[in-house]
Amino acid sequence: MRAVLLAKDQISVLLEALLQGRKLFAPVDDGGVMAFRQVGSPQEVVLDYHNSTVPPKRLFFPQSETLFRYGLEGEQLALEEPQPASGEKVLFGVRPCDARSFTLLDRVFTGGNHCDGCYQARRESYTVVGLACTHPRAECFCTSVGGGPFATAGSDVLVTDLGSDYLVEAVTDKGAALLEGLSGCREADEDSIRRRAEAQAAAEAALRGEISTEDVKRKLQEMWDDPFWDRLHEKCIGCGACTYLCPTCHCFDIVDEGSEQQGRRIKIWDSCMFPLFTLHASGHNPRPTGKERWRQRLMHKFRYWPEDHGEVGCVGCGRCVVDCPVNLDIRQVLRDVESLAKKVK
Amino acid sequence: MMTAENPYLPSPMRVEKVTVETEDRSIKTFDLSFIRKEDEQAFRYLPGQFAQLSVFGKGEAPFGIASSPTTSGLLQFSVSRIGLLTRALHQMEQGDLVGIRGPLGSSFPLQDMEGKDLLVIGGGFAFTTLRSLINYVLEKDNRGRFGKLTVVYGARTPGMLLYKDELEGWRQRNDLEFHVTVDAADDGWKGRVGVVPTAVTDIAPTADNTYAIVCGPPAMTRYTLPVLEKLHFPPERVVLSLEMKMKCGIGMCGRCNIGSRYVCRDGPVFTLAELRRLPPEY
Ligand SMILES: Cc1cc2nc3c(=O)[nH]c(=O)nc-3n(C[C@H](O)[C@H](O)[C@H](O)COP(=O)(O)OP(=O)(O)OC[C@H]3O[C@@H](n4cnc5c(N)ncnc54)[C@H](O)[C@@H]3O)c2cc1C
Ligand code: SF4
Ligand code: SF4
Ligand code: FES
Repeated sequence: MRAVLLAKDQISVLLEALLQGRKLFAPVDDGGVMAFRQVGSPQEVVLDYHNSTVPPKRLFFPQSETLFRYGLEGEQLALEEPQPASGEKVLFGVRPCDARSFTLLDRVFTGGNHCDGCYQARRESYTVVGLACTHPRAECFCTSVGGGPFATAGSDVLVTDLGSDYLVEAVTDKGAALLEGLSGCREADEDSIRRRAEAQAAAEAALRGEISTEDVKRKLQEMWDDPFWDRLHEKCIGCGACTYLCPTCHCFDIVDEGSEQQGRRIKIWDSCMFPLFTLHASGHNPRPTGKERWRQRLMHKFRYWPEDHGEVGCVGCGRCVVDCPVNLDIRQVLRDVESLAKKVK
Repeated sequence: MMTAENPYLPSPMRVEKVTVETEDRSIKTFDLSFIRKEDEQAFRYLPGQFAQLSVFGKGEAPFGIASSPTTSGLLQFSVSRIGLLTRALHQMEQGDLVGIRGPLGSSFPLQDMEGKDLLVIGGGFAFTTLRSLINYVLEKDNRGRFGKLTVVYGARTPGMLLYKDELEGWRQRNDLEFHVTVDAADDGWKGRVGVVPTAVTDIAPTADNTYAIVCGPPAMTRYTLPVLEKLHFPPERVVLSLEMKMKCGIGMCGRCNIGSRYVCRDGPVFTLAELRRLPPEY
């Protein structure tokens, strides 16, 4: 696959090229908050950032989306489906953890017996350009959950900041096509590949404190009734921030907006941390308190995901660690489960 | 690019008939027919499966299919009025339009049940999919595939029994053993009185070569399972249908799981053996 070197100040050449005939989405500074937005010029793009507050999953799985509009007139029902926006798009500068989250969401929305066509159409319209993490933040733990700061899963192209220049490597055919005809850059040489390896080793070394998700899974399989759950949720205020900001969380609600004659049905982010999430119409609730809801959140990512898909449902982005208002740190929770596992042995 | 399919698009159905089932009018059965021939042909279901019914402007909710696939041309749902959507459904009349998505979920394990005797135990509105199963088994072409059919059906009062005319027909037949029980009798009631678990204890059906299929309110299920255990029904041959809060119905919205299984996708029908392998969260 093609790999090229771009001098630092030449990145705008690449971005300009990507903007030709395509829509470009990239990290921008939105009043102090990092976010993925459509950009019209290379100057808007910020690449020396840690990660966005809201994960880029919302480009494929929007916070709120119309499933269809309905109109009823007598015996006639008219359903109007949203038309997927046409044209090629590039999602630029995604961190490897988030790029990997797309592959997990794919399993949910397109990997089973049913396939969400709208999600799939959006996914396929994008080429994903990952940005390697040369300086992981303190809350990151991607290497514990099967990822890595230079991992390529979910990316079509990987960009690495080598200090003086950028190494731009195609990962998939789709990525290679993006780099085709790109001029004004050098082909990568051995020295740049060596510098990339050094940067990768340094980044991985910075991500200390490995957690064994295999031990965690095994322990979770046998600690349903453990007193551990009684205390764990006590601080949690059930705000749902940890799930809304999580790149792998996929829960949603479906609601109608409008009258009996016309309106729309929407799909909208929801959270397992909310009491109404599982409340039956009869009043019965299988997860009545924070205890059951925290257990569900942890079990879902670290036991049910591996059981169902053979992969942990967390990419270690650290957003839930950074943004939990009561500092409930999922890494600490995992370490606690891990040490319970060790105690038994 | 693969053609984008929208799994959330409902097909329109016309309300053909509304039957008030219970004396308190809280349960009504809706006969629905497809507006489009192609939708009717595509909707191939088996007893135990459910569908999402739409009342536009109110939303969607899951309901077990009460008709049997051996009845062509219409689908039936028996709906208990309990909240927003079910109240709106109850206001519907002949000629009104609803939407449908389905069939969804798993059916009763008909293949495994073939050649076996069947013990069907039901109560309340959860009897709907059992009624589908009973009518399916009683169908001429299917009857020979299954052994003896025993039905135990209970309701709070005689007035709360569903499908009263049909029950009368079942009583007349000699190819099923039919027991009806009510928790509390009224003046006209000549039948059995008592809760379902007690009735099952009295009838004491044999577990030999028999599948027990149990659907009912949680309390009924909770007290019936130990009775079946005493009768030596192995958990592999006890079949249950579960209810959870559902939205998508296709394993995506994340709310109906028990452990790693989604009730909408992997259920709603499970054997007791399967359920025992899952966390007790339902
Ligand atoms: C597989 C399956 C099969 C079923 N089969 C049958 C059947 O055959 N017959 C039958 O009668 N029932 C059946 N049910 C149950 C049926 O689905 C529910 O009774 C039905 O969903 C109730 O819907 P509702 O809108 O009337 O209730 P509501 O509780 O009013 O729900 C209305 C909506 O409002 C929301 N809501 C409720 N309370 C609040 C609140 N406090 N704040 C904000 N939002 C709220 C809910 O999320 C819901 O979306 C079945 C369920 C399942 C899972
Ligand atoms: S659980 Fe937390 S660390 Fe893991 S992917 Fe979600 S937000 Fe990131
Ligand atoms: S962000 Fe923290 S307080 Fe909010 S629901 Fe998650 S764990 Fe609870
Ligand atoms: S109803 Fe959405 S996952 Fe089961």
